[in-house]
Amino acid sequence: MSEIRPPKIKISVRNLNFFYGSHQALFANNLDIEEHRVTAVIGPSGCGKSTHLRVYNRIYQLYREQRAEGEVLLDGHNLLDSDVDVLELRRRVGMIFQKPTPFPMSVFDNVAYPLRLHFKLHRTEIAERVESALRGASLWDEVKDKLKSSGLALSGGQQQRLCIARAIAAEPEVLLMDEPTSAIDPVATAKIEELILALKPRFTIVIVTHNMQQAARISDRTAFFYKGEIVETDATAKIFTNPSNPKTEEYITGRFG
Amino acid sequence: MDPFAPLEDRRRGLRFRKFLDRMVRVASLAALAAGLGGMLWILYTVVDHGAGALGWDFLTEPSKPYGAEHPGIANALIGTLLITLGAALMALPPALGAGIYLSEFGRGSRTAHWIRFSANVMMGVPSVLVGLFIYALWVVPTGKFSGFAGSLALAVIMFPVVMRTTEDILTMVPDALRESALALGMTRARAICRIVCRAGRNGLVTGVLLAVARVSGETAPLLFTALWSDGWPTGYFREPTSNLPVLITEYATNSPFPEQHAAGWGAALVVMTLILLLNIGCRVLFKEKKHV
Repeated sequence: MSEIRPPKIKISVRNLNFFYGSHQALFANNLDIEEHRVTAVIGPSGCGKSTHLRVYNRIYQLYREQRAEGEVLLDGHNLLDSDVDVLELRRRVGMIFQKPTPFPMSVFDNVAYPLRLHFKLHRTEIAERVESALRGASLWDEVKDKLKSSGLALSGGQQQRLCIARAIAAEPEVLLMDEPTSAIDPVATAKIEELILALKPRFTIVIVTHNMQQAARISDRTAFFYKGEIVETDATAKIFTNPSNPKTEEYITGRFG
Repeated sequence: MDPFAPLEDRRRGLRFRKFLDRMVRVASLAALAAGLGGMLWILYTVVDHGAGALGWDFLTEPSKPYGAEHPGIANALIGTLLITLGAALMALPPALGAGIYLSEFGRGSRTAHWIRFSANVMMGVPSVLVGLFIYALWVVPTGKFSGFAGSLALAVIMFPVVMRTTEDILTMVPDALRESALALGMTRARAICRIVCRAGRNGLVTGVLLAVARVSGETAPLLFTALWSDGWPTGYFREPTSNLPVLITEYATNSPFPEQHAAGWGAALVVMTLILLLNIGCRVLFKEKKHV
């Protein structure tokens, strides 16, 4: 039984412009993110990949000089509308950062934090869900005997998987990953890549990466950014074998970037 | 000139470079020894002169007029605790709040810039002037020297110190931690109180302690406010209140009697021990537990 139905569009970006003060960083971005797929965002440093991703959960609003214009439709509703509740938006759209950011508390409390924050749950249910999130992040076997020790005591790769467990605990729909393996050694990186593939059926994943092999290995679709514009978006296989734009080809063959 | 000519016979001597390297190491070690030695010397002198005065009576008897037998420090000890506690209660909540404002909400704002600038100026004001300020503003209008007036003066000294350390400590917490807290759906307030302040907890506790330790030894601002008394500190809000720094001045310099000179050293030893215990105790208590 093969599925022929075209995948649902989870996030649809329409004519997105972004400004740092008076400096414009994104120019008329249009992008469709398919549900339960991994979409990779690639491009040279400073091209706006992270800036673009940081609009999806409106985390850029922490800085008052940053501003987005246009539409980002999550399930058809513009998440940039002023009446959107960002707390609820961020429960639905989780984020993983470049450097692991465990909270200064125990492994267990790190993962339990979003559960206690968003839901009224009984203690035993929290424990069950923490375990399943840690299993989901392929970390359970390594930390089951030290749930009470500080999250900061784990290795870098473990810390990043702890952050993934924390992000998936509250059952978000979308996971944003901003260069999640760039501060981590190759072995830990391989584990996180496996993990991303394992998470795909449950979440819609958008990953920013400057590692093109990584994009080729794990993503279904790839968007190529250059100087704040989206040059080309297509199936990953197509982008890496037969790109339609000469700029994309130059980048993936390593002629610049 | 031939840029490819062999350079082998034009080498600089290695001996001088190695000598210089060794000299820098020796010089920095000597500087360390001088600083540490000075501190140990102070410690030794205070212990040497003060240990003889210590005893149960010394810690439980109140201070006595010049020349009286067996002078104690109990009233001054309690008075200092009262005055310092009062100052901390008045200064710490607003100072921590202001520090949080500066680091979390006031980045790049003009208001924050001016608050920061004023705090830096305030930290440079000699403490005796703060004493005079409270004297003119509180002691003269109310007509009373009091422990509370002393607390006011110490609070004025503490406020900018704690505010600036709070800001510095919180600014060192990486933005990625703030962002990941917000990205989970926390409000700004929760992210600051539960995550950012917790990450900076050791620094905050140390900053507060250093400020408390600093003001608990201040003498000049108390001369015009808490003044001094040989009685028990029963009138914190309405009477001159005994305290250790002024007691040390009284016993050690104003009194002509050797027994009281010795008591002054003893009091100095008690102050020093208390501050040391405060510092070490809290550091041990608030040490980040990485392995359980």
